[in-house]
Amino acid sequence: MRLTCTVNGTTRQVDDVWEGESLLYVLRERMGLPGSKNACEQGECGSCTVYLDDVPVCACLVAAGQAEGREIGTVEGLAPPGELHPVQEAFLEAGAVQCGFCTPGLLVATDDLVSRSLAEGRTPTDPEIREALAGNLCRCTGYEKILDAVRLAADRMAGDARQPGGTR
Amino acid sequence: MQFLQPATWAEALEAKAAHRDAVPIAGGTDVMVGINFGRLRPALLLDLTRVADLRQWDTDDGAVRLGAGVPYARVITELGDRLPGLAMAARTIGSPQIRNRGTVGGNLATASPAGDAHPALLAAGAEVEVASVRGTRTIPVTEFYRGVKRSALADDELIAAVRITPPSGPQQYSKIGTRNAMVIAVAAFGLALHPARRAVGTGIGSAAPTPRRAPAAEEFLAGELDGLWDSRAELPAATAARFGELVAAAAAPIDDVRGTARYRVHALSVMARRALTWAWLDYRKGDPTCA
Amino acid sequence: MSAPTRTPAGAPSAVGGPGGRIGDDARRPDGVLKVRGEFAYGSDLWMDDMLWGVTLRSPHPYARIRSIDVGPALAVPGVHAVLTSDDVPGEKVYGLELADQPVLAFDVVRYQGEPVALVAADHPDTARRAAARIVVDYDVWEPVTDARVALGHPTWNQVHDSPAEVTELSRESADLHPHGNLVRHLKVRRGAPAPTADVVVVGEYEVGMQDQAFLGPESGLAVPGEDGGVDLYVATQWLHVDQRQICAALALPPERVRLTLAGVGGAFGGREDLSMHVHACLLALHTGKPVKMSYNREESFFGHVHRHPATMRYEHGATRDGDLVYVKAEIYFDGGAYASSTPAVVGNGGTMGIGPYVVPNVHVDCYGAYTNNPPCGAMRGFGSVQTAFAYEAQMDALAAELGMDPVELRCRNAMEQGSTTPTGQVVDSPAPVVELLRRLEAMPMPPAVPTGDDVDLRDMPGGVSNTTHGEGVRRGVGYAVAYKNVAFSEGFDDYSTARVRLEVVGGEAVATVHTAAAEVGQGLVTVEQQIARTELGVEQVVVHPKDTAVGSAGSTSASRQTYVTGGAVKAACEAVRGQVLELAQRGVGRPVADLRLDGGKVVSDVEGIALPLADVLGEEVVEETVEWRHRPTESIDPETGQGFAHVQYAFSAHRAVVDVDVELGLVKVVEMACTQDVGKAINPQAVIGQIQGGTAQGLGLAVMEEILVRDGRVQNPSFTDYLIPTVLDMPPMRVEILEYADPHAPYGLRGVGEAPNISSGPAVLAAIRQATGLPLTRVPVRPEHVTGT
Ligand SMILES: Cc1cc2nc3c(=O)[nH]c(=O)nc-3n(C[C@H](O)[C@H](O)[C@H](O)COP(=O)(O)OP(=O)(O)OC[C@H]3O[C@@H](n4cnc5c(N)ncnc54)[C@H](O)[C@@H]3O)c2cc1C
Ligand code: FES
Ligand code: FES
Repeated sequence: MRLTCTVNGTTRQVDDVWEGESLLYVLRERMGLPGSKNACEQGECGSCTVYLDDVPVCACLVAAGQAEGREIGTVEGLAPPGELHPVQEAFLEAGAVQCGFCTPGLLVATDDLVSRSLAEGRTPTDPEIREALAGNLCRCTGYEKILDAVRLAADRMAGDARQPGGTR
Repeated sequence: MQFLQPATWAEALEAKAAHRDAVPIAGGTDVMVGINFGRLRPALLLDLTRVADLRQWDTDDGAVRLGAGVPYARVITELGDRLPGLAMAARTIGSPQIRNRGTVGGNLATASPAGDAHPALLAAGAEVEVASVRGTRTIPVTEFYRGVKRSALADDELIAAVRITPPSGPQQYSKIGTRNAMVIAVAAFGLALHPARRAVGTGIGSAAPTPRRAPAAEEFLAGELDGLWDSRAELPAATAARFGELVAAAAAPIDDVRGTARYRVHALSVMARRALTWAWLDYRKGDPTCA
Repeated sequence: MSAPTRTPAGAPSAVGGPGGRIGDDARRPDGVLKVRGEFAYGSDLWMDDMLWGVTLRSPHPYARIRSIDVGPALAVPGVHAVLTSDDVPGEKVYGLELADQPVLAFDVVRYQGEPVALVAADHPDTARRAAARIVVDYDVWEPVTDARVALGHPTWNQVHDSPAEVTELSRESADLHPHGNLVRHLKVRRGAPAPTADVVVVGEYEVGMQDQAFLGPESGLAVPGEDGGVDLYVATQWLHVDQRQICAALALPPERVRLTLAGVGGAFGGREDLSMHVHACLLALHTGKPVKMSYNREESFFGHVHRHPATMRYEHGATRDGDLVYVKAEIYFDGGAYASSTPAVVGNGGTMGIGPYVVPNVHVDCYGAYTNNPPCGAMRGFGSVQTAFAYEAQMDALAAELGMDPVELRCRNAMEQGSTTPTGQVVDSPAPVVELLRRLEAMPMPPAVPTGDDVDLRDMPGGVSNTTHGEGVRRGVGYAVAYKNVAFSEGFDDYSTARVRLEVVGGEAVATVHTAAAEVGQGLVTVEQQIARTELGVEQVVVHPKDTAVGSAGSTSASRQTYVTGGAVKAACEAVRGQVLELAQRGVGRPVADLRLDGGKVVSDVEGIALPLADVLGEEVVEETVEWRHRPTESIDPETGQGFAHVQYAFSAHRAVVDVDVELGLVKVVEMACTQDVGKAINPQAVIGQIQGGTAQGLGLAVMEEILVRDGRVQNPSFTDYLIPTVLDMPPMRVEILEYADPHAPYGLRGVGEAPNISSGPAVLAAIRQATGLPLTRVPVRPEHVTGT
């Protein structure tokens, strides 16, 4: 089957997609976008988190055909080439990246959380951060530095003139 | 494998009638796990996410008609006041990513004894609206579950919506999991007090081959509350405890990797007792919702 | 469609920007690639014409293979090869310490999930469907699933006073291996053979099987070479030990089996054994095409070894004043079907199994057994994680018996520098056990159990699942302390190789560090840069991709890489520096006093000289390769366990605060506090990251993580039912780092990664015990244990 969708702002078309493939497989193996990670294929780890029409979802649980005509945003599209998104910068600065396998999914989930909070004119509280990131497993960090990174990113983005989510 | 993407409800029903072995897919949070691990190889996937009707809710004759394809995240943000029990259950489901995709329709069709929507729907006395090219019928949710992962849905039918009368009293939902998020229920309990009908609704999850009510507990409590609905007097601790025991007695659990049968029975008695205590406190305060 | 290509040339190499030196929070050189999603993990590798390899695994824990028919699989269009043990050209068995594990099963399968055959096809789903069509005829045997039954002493020796009380296993197949079911028996005998004491506590303990659950499943890409050899790009922990085993299986010399490290998504011990390594190479050599193998989560649970489950019996004797008089321990590790690291696990459990305490009389028997359970091997803190649950529970039980404060009892018996371990080794570097505990005690406590109407469910046991608003919730506080050997022990020739080059690139002096030390997320690449910057006074340090073109670095395990590979990089830098200073003096034309490298210059403050390195080097490329060893250890006496077994010890302590809903048995860990002596924090941010991550894995084992095995079959090979902590399960942490230099180690540093993984779980257990008043002798604690259901 042929699949056409917009990925990180660019229209992409791929052929010979098997109907049972997930959006994750299509992104990674057919579109050359391996940034979204496959750590479980069962929705449990969040490593494959992408935006589907601005809503964070597990790409491993989206059937390829369901993405037809939709807009998809992946970690590769968070920042323009050569730049870092404030969330990416904060993860590096806070030491929230060890093996980094959880990182792409966490970055998307964090961007979504912070953007939504800022749209309400505030930054997320710790309990909110925890509940919002509960679908993203990390085996390396014990999450402390991830929380640091999210707080840091939220503060920075709150102080930024940038429109919330404008860098997606 | 074929992939069909009907744009309208009528097209969807026609497709299902023409391909009875087609597997509908909504949020995909059950279906895709099956496909990814080779346990499910449908000849045809019927994508329902383009059917706009399924993704809407409205009120109809006082009841909420919740489209089968409304994801949990919207149940929480848009219906927390009208369907508090279901919204509380929804908040315990999976993770934000799962709640952004997963639907009540999918939960019903999977009909897992561990599905979190079921106890809330049972307690609220919901009805399931199913349709086919043959027409539409309404199934009381109590009659919907027919066995482990089996439902009353015919092979040419799709779930259109669930209809739930907003509560006249407080509702509660409690679930046991061995992790603080992203966990399948070891046991779950839904409670709805219906002061308008002077009735009590219950729902038990993960503790029998199907989700089920606890009728004896409901009757007992309705009897005990008979004099209390109006006085809003304190509920005797013994009543709550007895209610918990009767709820537990309605369960028929098994031992599995997630928990033992004995624990499930015990946990149900505690959850039911506590849920009743909280619900009654809310009722006394005159607050129909609680979180 | 044109296939996108991520060739192995894109294997991660790390270019360092302006960075930091020893002691700084230097940034990871691979960090930017990782946050952009551009870092190439093993599962991201791609070549245009590659095939996908899959493994057919045994459904039975124990069976004889009567026959294998690969015909139906070969007939599937798109299939390029189907291989069995007959196609293994070299040694048909492999292993880290003992070669006993088949590359592909022949004659007998000994655990559920054992690889039986391989398929290569042009789409992973085609390969999977083909594998399902291979017909294997099994004669199914009854599995041996209990370590003590396997050894023939199903009752405690200590109780029955006869180590050889053997119950005959009824069947011929009862011995899993020709040499029997015993992998190793370690004895420690110190002091009086039959000591007595005023106060005695006895306990029996059990620890379940934990999984490393690294997020990046096993994967790699094998590319056939023109020389008949193979290049393997793989996520692994120890390239050279992989290479040795692959060479043996393929019957190829090392120069024809070249390994490069692909990006690793966590390891924690689970990648120390081979997984898909030989398989992908076999398929690549057989088909003449690149072959990628990538496990999914379910296969990953069968594709690597786990943490050994343990059953333990401890007897502690003490004076009325609380001085330990003796400890007797009998420890059984279930090694599963193959040896893997079991001998070393027994080594750790046996030699350090009574904890960081001074005890005059010690009698330990530690066994590792073969069973038909999944093979167990390396996982962070191995041998010590299990025993710490037991010995720390015993210390608490003893304190209760004596009416003493548990921390007081620990401090009273704590090891210190100069103490003698049960194996007769004098601790010859700081051992600040008392200070670690005292500092924990002095830390502020978290706020009390929230109560009242508007409790936030997220603060409650059960969380948003809404099971309590405070009902049944009791607070508990627990302490635990741990010590663990760093690096390889018992006489192992433990070394690392570093090649360091200094040259001028674009007018600037650039150092390149080349080691084979696997970066698995811990940040060794950062440490390598920091050391080179410090020793060579340059800013630009390139970390060469990790491969077998340089000598072995040893394993990324046993908390050893910063110590051993760090030591090697330091030594290589020193050798390079020596040469550069030589060059500089040649340039000046005479010996110069006080010469050093700093800020890109050759400097002598005494003589007021500051020569740009670029000028001194000119066209010259200075390169040194150094093989560096820590001081040697000794094997221990087989009858008494005495000997200088361990080169260094790491010490950490935890305080856990928990809220337990005692009616429902649900636990909320409220806070974890940790103190650890790290000798010298080379990168404080990374050190804290190790402590926090290790703490999380210990907490996970304490309250939720277990591979459930029934009759040799894994019941929960998925992230749906093998639960690891989420961010809602991990509490805020307090961490204090102590830096007492170990005079024997480079920069005085101490290995960091494992100790916090050892002390955290027992602290959580102690806290739950305090909250519930229950003995709780089994880990992980389940709601059933707390509620007695
Ligand atoms: C990580 C993870 C965590 C989870 N946690 C929970 C949890 O905590 N609690 C819980 O209850 N569940 C949980 N689930 C299961 C799942 O999310 C729910 O069952 C969800 O409600 C399914 O909805 P869906 O729209 O995704 O269904 P889909 O996967 O799209 O479909 C599920 C089933 O319903 C059928 N179907 C869907 N829509 C219709 C329709 N309109 N008419 C007829 N048939 C239909 C499909 O054919 C399929 O059989 C979890 C799943 C994952 C992956
Ligand atoms: S890979 Fe999609 S959630 Fe784990
Ligand atoms: S950094 Fe390794 S899983 Fe999060």
